[in-house]
Amino acid sequence: MVIGLHHYLIVAAILFTIGVFGIFVNRKNVIIILMCVELILLAVNINFVAFSTHMADAAGNEPIAGQIFALFILTVAAAEAAVGLAILVVYFRNRGNIAVEDIDLMKG
Amino acid sequence: MWQTLSLFAPELLLAFFASQLLTYGAFAKKDVSVGARYFAVALLVAFALIGFVMGKPTGEAFKGLLIVDDYSYYVKAIIGLSAAAALLLSKSYFQSEKLDRFEFSVLTLYAVLGMSIMASANNLLSMYIGIEMQSLALYVLAAFNRDSLRASEAGLKYFVLGALSSGLLLYGASMIYGFTGSLDFATIAASIKEQGPTTGIVAGMVFLLCGLGFKISAAPFHMWTPDVYEGAPTPVTGFFAVAPKLAAIALIGRILIGPLGEITSQWQQVIIVMSVLSMFVGAIGALVQSNIKRLMAYSSIANMGYALVPLAAGTVAGIKGMLIFMTIYVITVIGVFAVILQMRIRNGMVEQISDLSGLSKTNRPLAIVMTILMFSLMGIPPLLGFFGKLFAFLPAFEAGLIPLAILALIASVISAFYYLRVIKVMWMDEAENEFVTAPRAVRVILLISALIVFPVLLLPFFAIPAQSLISQAALALF
Repeated sequence: MVIGLHHYLIVAAILFTIGVFGIFVNRKNVIIILMCVELILLAVNINFVAFSTHMADAAGNEPIAGQIFALFILTVAAAEAAVGLAILVVYFRNRGNIAVEDIDLMKG
Repeated sequence: MWQTLSLFAPELLLAFFASQLLTYGAFAKKDVSVGARYFAVALLVAFALIGFVMGKPTGEAFKGLLIVDDYSYYVKAIIGLSAAAALLLSKSYFQSEKLDRFEFSVLTLYAVLGMSIMASANNLLSMYIGIEMQSLALYVLAAFNRDSLRASEAGLKYFVLGALSSGLLLYGASMIYGFTGSLDFATIAASIKEQGPTTGIVAGMVFLLCGLGFKISAAPFHMWTPDVYEGAPTPVTGFFAVAPKLAAIALIGRILIGPLGEITSQWQQVIIVMSVLSMFVGAIGALVQSNIKRLMAYSSIANMGYALVPLAAGTVAGIKGMLIFMTIYVITVIGVFAVILQMRIRNGMVEQISDLSGLSKTNRPLAIVMTILMFSLMGIPPLLGFFGKLFAFLPAFEAGLIPLAILALIASVISAFYYLRVIKVMWMDEAENEFVTAPRAVRVILLISALIVFPVLLLPFFAIPAQSLISQAALALF
């Protein structure tokens, strides 16, 4: 079996869906939400790199741009994880736990 | 080289001096928060005006990554001035809450830098970098009061949903990249024109708009807004309600007209659905609120719905209407937050609507000004808010989107109810408590905002240049 573009896209779509569902279905721990965010970003990276390597070399196409975009996403994901964990630590200091179902001080 | 630098001057100014400020603040022996705030305000005003001072050079910088035109100059000017006003408003609040740190000014500057890149993004990559730069600073600002459970909860919620929205946006960007072969807006437009609306491009467009919908808190992606608005410190909420909204909706306008300009009939449906849902979620959700910051959150959701109405038309008049509406919205909301920041009794800040009761007896000028602002948000002539809604709904009528415009009118009638309730509480209820005298900066900004909303911008002396500025900005996209 030859592995083509659509195989990569399907894997990425499945990862993306798992990530989105993980954010909404998970009721236990905020750390899992952070992992789901990373999963979404990795799915996007797979998409970008797969599109980039399978792109026809026609005029106007920029095959390398997708790989550069993937590098940028990796960098921003690291910054985002740092900020997210910092906010989480602040929250934990105030609340004493990080269970998702307890994040309900404000409602309505 | 020099041309690129002159195009990039506003961002360069912000980036350089914000980093300088950060370094200086980190190594300074004493507390520099007050000086840092005034420095940041001056910097933001310079950022807003530098393009106009330099005679508005236009063109593309960094091989097409950024585009600088009248549209981006206008948006940057409004963003810079509103951020400066929000910073000035924050002084008394942070000082009395013992929260005053110079990092607040630095984070605001970095957020504005991100918004500035969003306003002139001409490439999916620079768009993403701008959005992330803005968002990362805003997550921290929401949780700035780190000893408060509410503020950290607000920061956490904002972060999780903001990260999700970035994911959606990126997924859409990757689809558009894959099916058009380019990240550049102009090349994307050309490619879409050639191959028409394929499934991949339409799917990418929907994901992209969903991600951006989070940033302007359009329904059904509005869940974070009330909680973040309530939990974040009040000046931060005021900042959230103006600058990021304007930057994100300006970016939406550029994307809809630029790269997606060939598939208008496809994105029109998405925009109409988001617009109608936002208007009604905002109007109905606000009916039961008792906290004024939550009320303003729902009000901003509804107002984003109105701002999407002219965008759905996809015409020059539509972009112009969106810019006029957003400008008026920004001015009015800054005024409202200047009032909310005056809601201070001896024990500290209060933020229930009932705390405003009897304001007409205890502080009549404040009550009059708040009434003017509320009437303006309602859209009652001759206040400026009326003209905002007029210019926002007219392009939709002209483009044949008559049901959308009628729904927008119905939603504004519903939302009149909760604005009127605030007025009723101020003028008809018995006074409960008296607010302490507000600091001068807050009163001055409130006065400016109320003056602009009430008569000043209607004078032909101001209205005609403002109109021509906005028309030029709207034309730059086409």
